[in-house]
Amino acid sequence: MDFATVLQLAGSSLRLATPLLLACLAGLYSERAGIFDIGLEGKMLAAAFAAAAFAAITGSVWIGLLAGIAASSALSLIHGVASITLKGNQLISGVAINFLAAGLTALVGQNWFGLGGQTPQLGPGQRFLAIEWPLADALLPVPVIGPIYRHLISGHNILVYLALLAVPATWWILYRTRFGLRLRAVGENPAAVDTAGISVVRLRYAAVMIAGLLCGIAGAYLSTGMAAGFVREMTAGKGFIALAALIFAKWRPWPALGACLLFGALEAIGIRYQAITIPGLGVVPVQFMQALPYILTVVILAGFVGKAVPPRAGGRPYVKER
Amino acid sequence: MTAPLPRWADLVLIPALNLLLAFLVAGLVVVFIGEDPVEAVRLLLVGSLGSSYGIGFTLYYATTFVFTGLSVAIAYHAGLFNIGSEGQAALGGIGVTLVCLAVPWPYWWLALPFAILGAGAFGAAWAFLPGYLQAKRGSHVVITTIMFNFIASALVVYLLVNVLKAPGMAPETRNFPEGTFLPFMHEILAVFGIRMSRTPMNFTALLALAAAFLTWVLIWRTRLGYEMRAFGHSEPAAVYAGIDPVRITIVAMLISGAMAGMMALNVVMGFQHRLVLDYVGGAGFVGIAVSLMGRSHPFGVVLAAILFGILYQGGAELAFDMPSISRDMIVVIQALVILFTGALENLVRAPVERAFLRRRRKAA
Repeated sequence: MDFATVLQLAGSSLRLATPLLLACLAGLYSERAGIFDIGLEGKMLAAAFAAAAFAAITGSVWIGLLAGIAASSALSLIHGVASITLKGNQLISGVAINFLAAGLTALVGQNWFGLGGQTPQLGPGQRFLAIEWPLADALLPVPVIGPIYRHLISGHNILVYLALLAVPATWWILYRTRFGLRLRAVGENPAAVDTAGISVVRLRYAAVMIAGLLCGIAGAYLSTGMAAGFVREMTAGKGFIALAALIFAKWRPWPALGACLLFGALEAIGIRYQAITIPGLGVVPVQFMQALPYILTVVILAGFVGKAVPPRAGGRPYVKER
Repeated sequence: MTAPLPRWADLVLIPALNLLLAFLVAGLVVVFIGEDPVEAVRLLLVGSLGSSYGIGFTLYYATTFVFTGLSVAIAYHAGLFNIGSEGQAALGGIGVTLVCLAVPWPYWWLALPFAILGAGAFGAAWAFLPGYLQAKRGSHVVITTIMFNFIASALVVYLLVNVLKAPGMAPETRNFPEGTFLPFMHEILAVFGIRMSRTPMNFTALLALAAAFLTWVLIWRTRLGYEMRAFGHSEPAAVYAGIDPVRITIVAMLISGAMAGMMALNVVMGFQHRLVLDYVGGAGFVGIAVSLMGRSHPFGVVLAAILFGILYQGGAELAFDMPSISRDMIVVIQALVILFTGALENLVRAPVERAFLRRRRKAA
């Protein structure tokens, strides 16, 4: 494997990691506030459809992005009402949201466009295109740095950079702001937050809606950045891989970046090489590569390699004492 | 202050209202698409219950959903939310396939007990690790079962493509020997002189009813079932009463997984007579809706499974007559049922409880 191949793989890993990263950070906000979110997949799917549909209808990728965020946020609101206001089961709500998105996107997609649940192919103006950084081609002859700058740092669309920026932003919000402190506290001990006179309900809604926003961007990236249109079930488990990355990262932003890049790289390798031969071990089937993120997550969850402990109040509705 | 409702309100009124809301919203979706919901319901009912052909298909689907619904329900009684029925059912398919292909079975009734064992053992095996990890290491069973669904799907694809594949293009096994074919319902009824159209409904439908009855016995008439319910109700209280949490968690998951695996009897052994790619097709997830709607009671599960059978069969006919309502509508209804009977349950329960409280105060 030469240097050029490695760079290509790294670039493709980054692009494949982007939706995972956005969805993973979405889950991070929600779960750090004590609201489990297994509906990441559904929110991303709904956003991917809305973004592609509105980009196709209006011709503007930005309106598409807004529509994607709106669709995802609507599902987040349902999740919030179910699990915060009505104190329902957060896991069941997440399951319902996943099916709601899967069913509605296919149904409405067929109804609007009649293409078997797909949206029309998006043209250049209706997509997020790769951005060439200044001097990318001029610096190409510089050894090592030139190709890295040209192929790895430059040449992605704006949402990729946005996702990468979201990591330090999330770290800063979570660990350096009052909102972040309260958010983490409400996921560990909501009663204490309530005693301090801060609204548990408002904080949790804020977290759930931030999750909606980020999943919306993730979905829009899938259908208007990575692909040129929406196809049925296009998230294909990415929401669950993001969930796996979140557990892998033990609910922390920087490790989340690492986990998403790792899972992105696994996918990139799986796409490029259908079967990998490891000397002495034989052929690793492509299905094993696909299952690897899930297997790794189970291993991490089992606590054999460092224990993943979720936020303490996660999954339980907060009931005020009377 | 909790206001205990009368039994009938808890068991009938609230589920009925939840279901009503779910179907009301589904009706709005149909209106949004620009079709007439009343006509849609009529077509759905005619397509699913209007002929022996429709009924046969409806009950064939319902048989599958009884198994996956019971699977989710059994785990639920022990306080475990098993969303891994999909993967456990996929592995059950492998179990049935291995049994049916291993021996040139002469008679179906000879093959059936071994197929039941195969389906159950493989389904249970796939549920073992999530159960064990929950019990011993505290890994949340919901997350591990989600992961195991994906691992199962990759594993089954690998087995079908590389190991069990029959010569030819499609990733499927060779046909089972005819000695393993379960009798179809139209064949059984013909013996009694009753005529029925040819449908995939088969002997497994009777097994599903037996499974529902045995689940009832297990949950409400055995010591193990009592321990499961006690554990699901309050873990500390159950542990204080001397119930072993590790054993209950693992056993509940094993039974749940075995039940999910049994759906392979209906689809693989009873109808397709070979294993095809993704034969489960989301039936494991339908089990979640069925179990929630049936309030985890075997009788409720059977009723809910029939309702979803109606939706599946009627939905297919509906998509034929009203092309703008594709079969995806079933998934939407499934989601709404899960949402309203599961997550948004308090939307109905709280006002109903208040109404009953008011009435009781007036009476007092």
